[in-house]
Amino acid sequence: MAERELKRRTAPSTREGDEEEPAASAQGERQGEKLKAELDDLLDEIDEVLEENAEEFVRNYVQKGGE
Amino acid sequence: MAVPKVCGIETEFGIQHLGGDGNPVASSSLLVNAYVGGLARAGWDFEDEQPGNDARGFAREGALPPEVETHLVNAVLTNGARYYVDHAHPEYSTPECPDALELVRYDRAGEEILRRSMRAAAQVLPPGQRIVVYKNNSDGKGNSYGCHENYLMDRAVPFSRIARQVMAHFVTRQVFCGAGKVGTETAQAGADVPYQLSQRAEFFEEEVGLETTLKRPIVNTRDEPHADPQRYRRLHVIVGDANLCEVATFLKVGTTAFVLAMIEDEALGSPELVPANPVQAIRQVAADPSLKTTIDLTDGRRISALGVQWELLERAVKYAEDQGLGAVGGEAVGREVLRRWEEVLHGLETDPTEVAGQVDWCAKLQLIEAYRDRHGLDWDDQRLAALDLQYHDLRPERSLFQRLPTEHLVGEEAVLEAVGSPPRGTRAYFRGQCLARWASAITSANWDSLVFDLGTDPLRRVPMMDPLRGTAEHVGALLDSCATPAQLVARLSGRG
Repeated sequence: MAERELKRRTAPSTREGDEEEPAASAQGERQGEKLKAELDDLLDEIDEVLEENAEEFVRNYVQKGGE
Repeated sequence: MAVPKVCGIETEFGIQHLGGDGNPVASSSLLVNAYVGGLARAGWDFEDEQPGNDARGFAREGALPPEVETHLVNAVLTNGARYYVDHAHPEYSTPECPDALELVRYDRAGEEILRRSMRAAAQVLPPGQRIVVYKNNSDGKGNSYGCHENYLMDRAVPFSRIARQVMAHFVTRQVFCGAGKVGTETAQAGADVPYQLSQRAEFFEEEVGLETTLKRPIVNTRDEPHADPQRYRRLHVIVGDANLCEVATFLKVGTTAFVLAMIEDEALGSPELVPANPVQAIRQVAADPSLKTTIDLTDGRRISALGVQWELLERAVKYAEDQGLGAVGGEAVGREVLRRWEEVLHGLETDPTEVAGQVDWCAKLQLIEAYRDRHGLDWDDQRLAALDLQYHDLRPERSLFQRLPTEHLVGEEAVLEAVGSPPRGTRAYFRGQCLARWASAITSANWDSLVFDLGTDPLRRVPMMDPLRGTAEHVGALLDSCATPAQLVARLSGRG
């Protein structure tokens, strides 16, 4: 494998007293909106198949421990 | 050189019997029976095998120990898998697979087997009753059930070194293979955590130990090699979540195979990455979807989970350069693990929604956040807990996971093929092929042996002590040359 630089952004590590790494997040607005439109469609679809009584569904889901 | 990382996954599924009497053991038995009832199958043999191999990896049969009867359902399938009832859950153990990609295929085949089981059960249940299966790891009320991985290792490597050197990976790999969970359910985890990366992380209370149901350890010491104990160890990994995203399963297994191979070859390099407080660290990492939390290492450094994973990846890239990819699934799979490992870490640190098609906790969180926004819900709203559960429902008509645009690594046809046929690259090939050809002559089977009843006394046991033997390459021609199981046994014992 050819030697290459990994596209790493996270600071490798810090020691006591080092500065915190600033938050790294820069996503294109356009992609975000496309995603939101897709999610909206998905939520419409999901509404159709959701368990009707969420509270009862969650309450009744009881398992014995396993392994 | 590290031994090839033959691998497998055992999954205990959550089960709901709608309209039933609430006995999960009976419901699980009914489910498994409904599926295997229609199949030719052999029972599971709990007896330990006889040692002794010939060059092909099969020993000559000797005196046989008595058969053990089991009252719970236990079946070996023609794909080489084991399908049975464990405690109060249906459990599917994949056949031994030669690499992470093949294991994704057999894990998916397991989901298909459970779906077929649900349909078969519906045929025999009274009207109004249904059995529903969930591929998850907890009920949200403090009860957890497992998804265990197994990796073939060289017995010569001291276990203490494995436990110390694998810990950092087990604490941090959840950033890409956690299945995600709304809220917390144990006293240790604290009540103010809205969402966790992992279903299982909060259940771990010890660093190293033998237990799997109480005081769960991050590194499990169960030592049942199901193979020649002089040469091999089977590392039994209980720290993982069951995944639905194929890429998550691929990375979970693929990266772990790399780390274990590096440990075996003493190629992990330095500095050693050892969490100072692994139990605390695994929970801290789980409780922080922003991925910014840092954990303490024994050398005094503080590092994020992503930071640990970047270091492990860098070392894996170097390992591949120095020692090749023979132990980690071969050229194609090994390279793909490295490529996707880098891609997922890059995506996670940029924006976790970028990897919602690859990582379960990201897919689930994105869905839940969108639903929360739309309906203006608080995190403790039961509708979010319901979404979480229903993400894991295996029924196609109810599964939320299946509605998400996640990435597939294995085609549907290949999955369906894996429901009935074994992998070609391990001893599972011999097991599955023998069952497909001569099920009526096989009285029992387990991971490392088959017992044939040829109509003459005594029963003939065929040990399979090497997971790397019994592949299509090794025994394909032999199997094809035998018209009967008697011929096979005679050939294996040197009398045919």
